[in-house]
Amino acid sequence: MQAAFDLAEAGIKVCLVEKTLSIGGRMAQLDKTFPTNDCAICILAPKMMDCYRHENIEVLTFSEVISVEGEVGLFNVKILRRPRFIEEELCNGCGDCARVCPMGILNRFDMDLRVRSGAYIPFLQAVPLIYALDREKCMRCGLCKVVCGKDAIRYDQKPELVERTVGAIIVATGFDPLDPSDITEYGYGTYDNVLTALEYERLICAAGPTGGHVVRKDGKEVKRIAWIQCVGARDTRDNRPYCCSVCCMHATKEAILTREHYPEVETFILYTDLRCFGKGFQEYVNRAKDDYGVVYIRGKPGEIREKENGNLELFYSPYSDKVEILEVDMVVLCTALIPSEGVETLAKVLGIELDEYNFFKLRDPYNPTETTREGIFVAGYCQAPRDIPECIAHGSAAASRAMEVVLGGSDDRRD
Amino acid sequence: MTEEIRIGVFICHCGINIGGVVDVPAVVDYASTLKHVVHAERNLYTCSSEGLEAIKSAIKEHNLNRVVVASCTPRTHESLFRATCKEAGLNPYLFEFVNIRDQCSWVHMHEPESATEKAKDLVRMGVAKAARLEPLEELTSDVIPTAVVIGAGISGMTAALSLARSGFSVHLIEKEREPGGLLRNLYKLYPTDELAAEFLEQRIRAVNAHERITLHLSSTVKEVEGYVGKFKVILDEAGVEQAIDAGVIIVATGAKEFEPVGLYEYDGEKVITQLQLEEKLKKSDLNWAAIKTVVMIQCVGARGEVVGYCSKICCMNAIKNAKLIKETHPEVNVFIAHNELQAYGEEYELYYRAAKKAGVRFLRFPLEQRPKVRKSEGKLIVDVFHERLNLDIPIEADLVVLSVPLVQNPDALHLSKLLKVPLGQDKFFFEAHVKLRPVDFATDGIFLCGTAHGPKDIGESIAQGYAAASRATIPLAKGYVRSEPIISSVNEELCVGCGICESVCPYGAIEVVEVDEDKKRARVTSVKCKGCGTCGSSCVKRAIKMYHFSDDQLIAQERAAVTTEVR
Repeated sequence: MQAAFDLAEAGIKVCLVEKTLSIGGRMAQLDKTFPTNDCAICILAPKMMDCYRHENIEVLTFSEVISVEGEVGLFNVKILRRPRFIEEELCNGCGDCARVCPMGILNRFDMDLRVRSGAYIPFLQAVPLIYALDREKCMRCGLCKVVCGKDAIRYDQKPELVERTVGAIIVATGFDPLDPSDITEYGYGTYDNVLTALEYERLICAAGPTGGHVVRKDGKEVKRIAWIQCVGARDTRDNRPYCCSVCCMHATKEAILTREHYPEVETFILYTDLRCFGKGFQEYVNRAKDDYGVVYIRGKPGEIREKENGNLELFYSPYSDKVEILEVDMVVLCTALIPSEGVETLAKVLGIELDEYNFFKLRDPYNPTETTREGIFVAGYCQAPRDIPECIAHGSAAASRAMEVVLGGSDDRRD
Repeated sequence: MTEEIRIGVFICHCGINIGGVVDVPAVVDYASTLKHVVHAERNLYTCSSEGLEAIKSAIKEHNLNRVVVASCTPRTHESLFRATCKEAGLNPYLFEFVNIRDQCSWVHMHEPESATEKAKDLVRMGVAKAARLEPLEELTSDVIPTAVVIGAGISGMTAALSLARSGFSVHLIEKEREPGGLLRNLYKLYPTDELAAEFLEQRIRAVNAHERITLHLSSTVKEVEGYVGKFKVILDEAGVEQAIDAGVIIVATGAKEFEPVGLYEYDGEKVITQLQLEEKLKKSDLNWAAIKTVVMIQCVGARGEVVGYCSKICCMNAIKNAKLIKETHPEVNVFIAHNELQAYGEEYELYYRAAKKAGVRFLRFPLEQRPKVRKSEGKLIVDVFHERLNLDIPIEADLVVLSVPLVQNPDALHLSKLLKVPLGQDKFFFEAHVKLRPVDFATDGIFLCGTAHGPKDIGESIAQGYAAASRATIPLAKGYVRSEPIISSVNEELCVGCGICESVCPYGAIEVVEVDEDKKRARVTSVKCKGCGTCGSSCVKRAIKMYHFSDDQLIAQERAAVTTEVR
């Protein structure tokens, strides 16, 4: 969004292609952001609107780039628009279809912790505010069509192919959280009270599935929570030796929010190296320790065991040869954040290379937005782990390179 | 105003967001009883194209000259409704927003009756203000298509090159006799281990070769006047004064290495900093025959010792130098005593692993028990506390290298005053928003990149250099800046020139000038003013009027909170 917005403001036409139903990305799922504890959606939503309403930006959601031909200065891009089964121009986002739909489907945006209907927007502030029908799960009852006052329901809508001609391309496909089910020693998916950090983020968010209340599946009040860092990251077992850069601060933020909501809940962060290198981060960790009483323990648990009451025992070895046990009633796994699903296909379509870990490869390590193909630039986490302000700077940086192509012309493109 | 005031009120259901709590039809009925209101209606979504059409047709049909929308929040939707009024031929500043979602239905979702009453109150207040709104005109001014970049380090050179390649003239100002900044002091770069000098050489050549870049060496900024689009920067270039007109300014003044005087037996010879080590490595100025053991100490002067912050790059810098020593002199013992090791991201973690493989030894100390350096019988001993063993491990060192943080340049404070942009608690330049605007200042037309913003490595400095270029290109490419007319203005009859307003303005937009002999008055630079109202509320003479938030408008709105004006 930042790249698109900068370009559009500089007078350059932008086509913003988004795979999901709404622009906004992962930040929209967060409750607050470190180190200022700003409400994420409150600062993000205006940016989403600015992008969507910009006269120079065409937003194509639920769409994917399927082919790219040409070269820097003149690319022909084919974009597949998946059917929403609702006419975009007609839908006014009233939500009547969603209210009558009898289906109950887990909402990915809420990390499957909330049920949405078969006619849906991923979240309240979604941009554009246009509903979609989940036809895979649909039982064909036809109620939505009956109730839609705008006659916008199109059961027979087909995928649509659109073509755009552009001078430069920016890739900013972000990350997915790793599903930690395969890391069996932590029991995710088996133990009820082992969550991922993004799941916890939805739990503690006031607009989330529980209205911001941290509750266990058995309804028991939570008294002690532990966060475990580097789950599936800095780990050579799955060839993921890299550090995801944001999780130490993410856990610190979640612990602070927890202590703000529930001063009586004890919070523990179990880490390997505490990576608090960004602007204001050390100060934030100091506040977590000194003002909020968050306990930091150096040591990554070797195993978690579930007790009969659903509580969890963490076995770890800090500074002694003996194994310590920490009992808590909820565990939050800060899992590795990995390049988004589908990057291999996209890399092929764009004709650019990925590195060993599926991040988009740079032509020159000191030219941080340059992919292996001229005129295609990269921004954000999909190139390497980075936090929000770094992603924004990176987005602007990619925009700058694209501006050079569009405003500068060909003789002066490269140095 | 002689024209009859005709107000249209549009109440939004916002789906169930408002309509599910507030009794919208009741609010519509109520609104239509208010003085000046000639039309009131409700919309499922006033912001939908249907809702916007409804506003436009009502303006025409009912000859409305004021519009009030009661809906979500002005933060996201005010500009949309203003634009709609404009399309219907109404001055966009004759529009008033009433927030009945974020500040009413959402916060009172369990008290629908009270919420409905509050919505009525808010609408009444909005109508009262709307009746007193005045048409305002947007201001535009031209932008000089030239940029000034202060600091010719890696981020400044990157920004200058990018701007030049996009077609704009750039004046690149460097206080030293050569460009290059901090990089000039480095030996090799991580993670590629290429020579810093060669890397820099390419960039400097590109800067020198570019016809649109003028490099000003041995130059300092003396004075800055003006505002976005029309800055005048006065330089002292090797003793000669020069004036540059520019549309935008980028601050890329870098940082410097902290000097650990009085810490860890620092002497600049046997106990040196990482940069001093790089200098020696570069010049092959170390007698390796006499060096058996090198100990590097992390976080010297940082993370609470002198400065509070973590300097981000020192861990990787130490690992780089340790690895270089180990690779060229495998027989030398190299220890890095560290607390939290910042080998973040993809490449650095791998680099850290490679350093371990090369034989660099890592010793972890708790931050509460930092290492101590002492001299014993002419020898240097570093005591590193080992947590597991619960004792100090003494290491005899022939060379101790202190990893010290980057700190702000001493002249940054002066520059921050000249530009009227802030420094943070850590003394680094303070951006407009920590999360969302990393390379902007709150003042329009001035941008920030590189280590002047805080410690960062070369890749990040380059990324920020490009980012600042992108942000700066916006006004340059547009050729004009448009500012909202919601600004302050001074009534010179009432003003006594006390200067309180000037001292409180965060944007440097108001200043006291001599209008006559012995007569001083405050003047507003409209383009700089953001309409925050700080000057207006601090003026003891009530000489400052805030357009769109004038005293009579606000007082009418407040009065309507407790009284009702009906037709």
